[in-house]
Amino acid sequence: MPDLIASAEYVTVRFGGLVAVNDASVPVPEGKIVGLIGPNGAGKTTLFATIAGFQRPNAGRIVFAGRDITRLPPHRRARLGIARTFQIVQPFAGLTVRENIAVGAHLRHVARAEALAAAEAVAQRVGLEPLLDLPAAALTVAGRKRLELARALATEPRLLLLDEVLAGLNPSEVRDMIPVIRAIRDGGVTVLMIEHVMQAVMALAEEVHVLAEGRIIARGAPEAVARDPAVIEAYLGHGAAARLAGAADA
Amino acid sequence: MRARLAPVLIVLAALALVPLFVASNVALNFLKVALMLALAGTGWNLLGGYGGQFSFGHAVFFGTGAYAAAVLQVRFGFNAWAAFGSGIALGGVLGLAIGWLTFRAGLRGSYFALVTLAFAEVARIIASVWPLTGAGAGILIPLKIGIATLQFGTRAEGYWFVLALLGAAMLLVRAIEGRRFGAQLVAVRENEDAAKALGVDTFAVKLRAITLSGAITAAAGAFYAQTFLYLDAGIAYGPWISVEALLTAIVGGIGTVWGPLIGALVLQSLSELGKHLGGDAPGLGLVLFGAVLILVVRFAPQGIVGLLRPLGGRRRARA
Repeated sequence: MPDLIASAEYVTVRFGGLVAVNDASVPVPEGKIVGLIGPNGAGKTTLFATIAGFQRPNAGRIVFAGRDITRLPPHRRARLGIARTFQIVQPFAGLTVRENIAVGAHLRHVARAEALAAAEAVAQRVGLEPLLDLPAAALTVAGRKRLELARALATEPRLLLLDEVLAGLNPSEVRDMIPVIRAIRDGGVTVLMIEHVMQAVMALAEEVHVLAEGRIIARGAPEAVARDPAVIEAYLGHGAAARLAGAADA
Repeated sequence: MRARLAPVLIVLAALALVPLFVASNVALNFLKVALMLALAGTGWNLLGGYGGQFSFGHAVFFGTGAYAAAVLQVRFGFNAWAAFGSGIALGGVLGLAIGWLTFRAGLRGSYFALVTLAFAEVARIIASVWPLTGAGAGILIPLKIGIATLQFGTRAEGYWFVLALLGAAMLLVRAIEGRRFGAQLVAVRENEDAAKALGVDTFAVKLRAITLSGAITAAAGAFYAQTFLYLDAGIAYGPWISVEALLTAIVGGIGTVWGPLIGALVLQSLSELGKHLGGDAPGLGLVLFGAVLILVVRFAPQGIVGLLRPLGGRRRARA
């Protein structure tokens, strides 16, 4: 078993009577792209938020680089090397693309000039270079998703949490983004991604965890998980796996 | 980044020459008060304009600076300069304390604004009953003109002194703009959650901002005390200065170095105009302020600086 860079261990998050995440464990091996999938409302984003520090779990713990970080606030986790993007993009709308990315770069670079230079280098990696001087508010959806990614990368993370960076993109934009994410992993950054675009998960992830109603119901290689009857039922409803199998036999 | 200081220095130098050409006491008094308001507004602007934390109670800092300067001299025998410096320091400490209480509790937006308003009102009420601050009668600094007592023999000297304070504050703000702290402060204003995710300790950033903000606005208060030599609770902690501090920044250009200075000159002109037009009718100046605020918010949300900027931008683009 490869070394784990991070893991969520037996995490439970309750909102009043609702159990959003129920005793879920997600180990993240270093250097891989790991997918976290599941139907809407399964608790994926909540589980993400507990790893990034925006949500305290009611039970369980978060371990990063061998250290229990369950009680650390988000900015301390960022310093340790965890970066996240937001499903609903959160640009600094009044700032330019360059200034947006520089805020992330400032985590490791105190001097303004160095942070701006680092921002430019990151923009190049994600294909935002021509847009550096535009206000963030002027970007398209695809541009804003790239900006989320660029800002997070600028913090020079060891673990990158991507929350649906491909959602809302058209198929050609998705195709453009896949090599960008792969290049990030090849650059030594572990990626944990929530994704609805299955084509992308299948193409990118080496390992997939499936969350349904707050519980992990399956995990493994993407192809195997996609055939798992429990997963098919979670997405398509009770009895769907049997009906699909029946249809295939006929 | 050095070059960004040049325009500020040039304008400050130009302003410093004004008393050499303008002998009118009325004009110098007008400018002196305008610069004092610009100084108070520069403090507000650092927290409100750059950091997005709107205070409705900057009177608490202005009044503390003013009372510290007066009380320490009159009651405790402090040297005027030491009292002045203590006033600035106390403004900073008070900012830190208020920031610690409010930001730790996660107060934002209108909740933060209301709590700052409450702090200013509580301070006003305390000052109006506490014997140390002169209670209802107020406190008088004995007239004794001289460098040692920080009392100005000519209007030009007072003008230069407040210009130096304003200049220092503007250069500080300009320097902050070009540093990590400035970038993080603006990030907090634009989106606090995103800032946290990028490793910004938003609590610490806001604390630094409110500390500096309180110190700068307290300097304006201490200058008020040294200039007019009389304070009461309504002057020092009254809502008028909370309103003026935020109006100068908003009208002039929120979140810009120039905003408070430009806003203060415009508002002070309006206030004089109101006095001329309305004679003794009180409050006409405030009516004009209200009208200007509505116009600015409706038609120029970036203030007067925002109206000027597109021109400069286009010129640069063509060059």
